[in-house]
Amino acid sequence: MTKHFGDASVKFENPPVIISAAAIVGPKEGEGPLAALFDKISDDILFGKDTWEQAESELMRQTVELCVQKSGLSAGDVQYILAGDLLNQNSGSIYGARSFERPFFGLFGACSAMGMAMSLGSMLIDGGFANYVVASASSHFCGAEKTFRFPLELGTQRAPTASWTVTGDGAVLISATGRGPKITAATTGAIVDLGQKDVNNMGAAMVPAAADVIAKHFRDLNLPHDYYDVIATGDLGMYGLKLLKQMLSQDGFTAVERVNDCGLLIFDTQKQDVHAGGSGCGCSASVFASYFIKKLRDGEIKRMLFVPTGALHSVVTIQQGETIPGIAHAVAVEG
Amino acid sequence: MTAKNFEKMVKEASPKSAVFLNSVKAFLVGGAICAVAQVLYNRFEAMGFAKDDAGLIVAAILIVSAILLTALRVYDRIAKFAGAGTIVPITGFANAIAAPAIEHKNEGLVLGVGAKMFVIAGPVIVYGTVASVIVGLIYYFVR
Repeated sequence: MTKHFGDASVKFENPPVIISAAAIVGPKEGEGPLAALFDKISDDILFGKDTWEQAESELMRQTVELCVQKSGLSAGDVQYILAGDLLNQNSGSIYGARSFERPFFGLFGACSAMGMAMSLGSMLIDGGFANYVVASASSHFCGAEKTFRFPLELGTQRAPTASWTVTGDGAVLISATGRGPKITAATTGAIVDLGQKDVNNMGAAMVPAAADVIAKHFRDLNLPHDYYDVIATGDLGMYGLKLLKQMLSQDGFTAVERVNDCGLLIFDTQKQDVHAGGSGCGCSASVFASYFIKKLRDGEIKRMLFVPTGALHSVVTIQQGETIPGIAHAVAVEG
Repeated sequence: MTAKNFEKMVKEASPKSAVFLNSVKAFLVGGAICAVAQVLYNRFEAMGFAKDDAGLIVAAILIVSAILLTALRVYDRIAKFAGAGTIVPITGFANAIAAPAIEHKNEGLVLGVGAKMFVIAGPVIVYGTVASVIVGLIYYFVR
């Protein structure tokens, strides 16, 4: 019997369980409203290393190690590591996972990486191909600036719609059995491009993809709009979230007030000078692995739809005049 | 939804940069940098330096100061406030060379510092030179 439903969704027969989660962040995130919920806040933006790239890998390594440790298992028990980040050729995840010597899939979905990793990890488990899978996504502010924008010390002004890349990693250990929130369904996003070109307003570029995957999820699985207590997008920021709500309302979605964005949860946008909010693979991943996982475990949230969002452009395609393709993956988690 | 309709929605939802306020800040800071340079120039002239020499010394002082402030991670903070005010004077050019040099030093002295130093300032040098050749030609024939 197929577990595929409708256009782009899957429902898990034996819902995989998130038996452990860990989130480690940098100093700025440690000054934000979720500070008390992170497992570790590094006051060193370099994480004891020499370069931004090494720092991100070390952040990833520490987070995955801690996530596995918290479950009582050891790295050798993990059958697959699925991880993504923003650096060229997924270097953040690759050099971070190197020392584990475990089967590894490097994923690129820009900031939607955590959605990809959790969807694919759950498919591996419910497909019977693994018992323990680690899903991780990381980003580093300085590494992302260097990769996508300008050198850090260059004197520039940021646009009001620009977002602030989160220095952080969120990792979850997904298991075939055990106690914890369950991943019940997932909808894989298609690449949606409505012609946005402004790299200083990536929230807007990702909105159509988020709206598309959310609509498909409800349609494919035939769910009432108020089924989830929370629908949390990855990093649309405040203007992106406003646009998404507008777009969903226009399409007749009735539970718009339940939609929120991880980029607005991780920073205090009034005080922390992050303009539109937080972004990056590590934004949705670290918010999920700290804030949401706690609420799901405590029963404060019974069901949530986690929708990490990604802007799939590269510096080169933008310089060649291309538009910014967006993507978003929806993962349903029930406490 | 069409791209055109969406573009309209995005424009309405997204705030614009505070162009007027940013211009005022740029004028004040940029003007202050130029005023300091003028004071220095007058001093050097009064000390007996020739006009050309005084100008060169002031330019050198501004460039070194900007590089120093860049290395001390202060320049980008001033620039966040000043915008074009710190980009347009010669200090902005110095910052545009020093910042990538610092950022890419981990990739080595040749392919890192040496090659990446000009990623931002390079186009200014190229098109500045091209523009001066064109202006020179026009001047030569029209004069």
